[in-house]
Amino acid sequence: MLPVTAILLKDLRQHSRNSTLLLFGVLLPLGLAFLFNLMLGGDGSRFSARYAVADLDRGPDATAFVGQVLEPLERRGTIHLQRVSSVQDGARLVERKEADAVFVIPAGFSSARSSSAAELEVIGGAHAATAVQVAREMGQAFAMERHSIRLAVLAASRGLPADEERDGRLAQRAQEVAAPLSLVSDTSASRRQLDTTTYHAAGMAFFFLFYVAMFGVAAIFEERRSRVLARLLAAPISRAAILGGKALSGILVCLVSMAVVVAASTWLMGARWGPPLGVAVLVIAGVLAVTGIAAAVAGFSNTSEQAANRMSVVAMVLGVFGGSLFPIPQLGVLEVASHLTPHRWFMTGLADLAAGLSPGALLTPVLVLLGIAAVTGGLALTRVGRLTHA
Amino acid sequence: MPVLEITDLTKHYGDLLAVDHVSFAIEEGETYGLLGPNGAGKTTTISMVVGVLGRDDGLVLIDGLRHDVTTVKTKALIGYVPQELALYPDLTARENLRFFGRLYGLTGRPAKMRIAEALEIVDLHERADEAVAKYSGGMTRRLNIAIGLLNRPRLLVLDEPTAGVDPHSRNSILESVQRLAAEGVATLYTTHYMEEAERLCDRVGIVDAGRMLAEGTRRELVSLVDEHDRVVLRAEEGAARAVPVLKALPGVLEAGGEGGDLELIVEEARSLLPAILGALGEAGVAVRSVEVREPDLESVFLHVTGKALRD
Repeated sequence: MLPVTAILLKDLRQHSRNSTLLLFGVLLPLGLAFLFNLMLGGDGSRFSARYAVADLDRGPDATAFVGQVLEPLERRGTIHLQRVSSVQDGARLVERKEADAVFVIPAGFSSARSSSAAELEVIGGAHAATAVQVAREMGQAFAMERHSIRLAVLAASRGLPADEERDGRLAQRAQEVAAPLSLVSDTSASRRQLDTTTYHAAGMAFFFLFYVAMFGVAAIFEERRSRVLARLLAAPISRAAILGGKALSGILVCLVSMAVVVAASTWLMGARWGPPLGVAVLVIAGVLAVTGIAAAVAGFSNTSEQAANRMSVVAMVLGVFGGSLFPIPQLGVLEVASHLTPHRWFMTGLADLAAGLSPGALLTPVLVLLGIAAVTGGLALTRVGRLTHA
Repeated sequence: MPVLEITDLTKHYGDLLAVDHVSFAIEEGETYGLLGPNGAGKTTTISMVVGVLGRDDGLVLIDGLRHDVTTVKTKALIGYVPQELALYPDLTARENLRFFGRLYGLTGRPAKMRIAEALEIVDLHERADEAVAKYSGGMTRRLNIAIGLLNRPRLLVLDEPTAGVDPHSRNSILESVQRLAAEGVATLYTTHYMEEAERLCDRVGIVDAGRMLAEGTRRELVSLVDEHDRVVLRAEEGAARAVPVLKALPGVLEAGGEGGDLELIVEEARSLLPAILGALGEAGVAVRSVEVREPDLESVFLHVTGKALRD
């Protein structure tokens, strides 16, 4: 058996008996992803809402709103729509949490000449803030469209005597050219985003990967402290075999941790990571980057405690700036710093996969991650003498 | 040809000269003690001997082959037992032995046999499948030694192997070392326990501040000190009448007595003792007790370093 294999197998045996590693590598990322998901919303599927509509008007505008806005969304499965005959019925549904919001189209809505005369009303439930917000936006957008049509009619009939029939025809024509309202999907060409569940699962898994990598580094320090490293160095094997075995076991443990989180979050939480091959490539590149960073931190530390403390700081800072803990756009002007973190490139790669882009789109994130691995791994190699000094 | 031959071994740590041109050799079956206080340079010397630490100058030969940190062939001839408990406490004794055995190329049936053999030597075979974390201090020390024996080394290097060990385990460890030496293993043994060095070592090197101050057999070292063996006898009243007879014995340098007490200064007490007792018997003196007081390595250490070993 090759010495590197012997060291790898021994390390894996030790890691398999380490309950703290299980905690940091699997339980914490999964638990926190589940918790964040629960608190911040998202069930792993696309947006969906349960709406009710009370059409008290039954005029052309009301019919247009129901027929051209709500029903197409219902047919696409984005919303579930119930028709109610009164405001009270709608409010009752919301109160019983059987609907997230109810659209109330008041009588006279279609014939109103000013926007203040009759307003489309949304009654929302406190239990579904996002669905209510979307309903308000939809109502607002429809009102804006009606306003545009009315402006168009006014402009076309300017200076002419009043004629309802003519105005009706003009409105009909304006409506035909107006863009139909549709709910924007959760991805767009310019900015791909992961669904909430996958985002939290990936963010937490990558965040805790730093702590998992730290276990491998801590093992080297512990071996140095206990003089086991001296015993290894005295054995008839090369230093490269010792370092190779250690590095391989560290990488393998990180890969197993990620694989378990990917599988468990998919199975238990409905996360959608994307095509397995693409995810695997991204995970391997990400693990190499994190292992490189951990090795570099260890190389510039004198003790296990010092390395662990520094690694915690590095993990937290990179996690915050890299979008593991909250979405990158919330960083504002500091968003540019996220480009220096492996987290950002890992999440970007995943988002590209989720958006169904070609495998070529993965090239940039993977190359950047491998670049980080090469730079930090190179730094660690310059300090390897210190690390293996018995 | 010596199993280990060291010439002008030198090591600096910055401005500190930790090992200063140390030279010695160990023959097959010989136990060589490196005696010195903490910080004397014993562990640094040993680290260079086993190839853990690079040297600044000098030469190390194992079985006549040049040896340094990168020579795999000579490392395979050495069994190393560090002072610290260099083990994995979360693994069992057998798992520890199997892992270190693999590093020496031991697999399969030969590995099983060597592991069983090493466990037998240190008397741990009955608890080989328990996690080391559950072992007592003495058992852990013994396992520490067993790992050093796995490859049946030509040279066994033991760095303070009995530090912090109970008397029973210490005795067991010392017996193991004596048995291995009898089987032809050359042993380099560092300690600051004088009695261990005296009991185990065929030759002793006294080191302090990185320098080899004196080297030789116990007798050779003791001769450096201007002291001789003393024999103290307690006998019946009037035993002093035998003093002239005792003085006449070859090897007796001086003799004196008062009442029933006799005290002799001799060249080699242990070899002279039968003659002394025989002379007293012929003189009609019944001896009640005998005590031999030899100048020990402690006196030698004090003599050559100017300080006590545990200073």
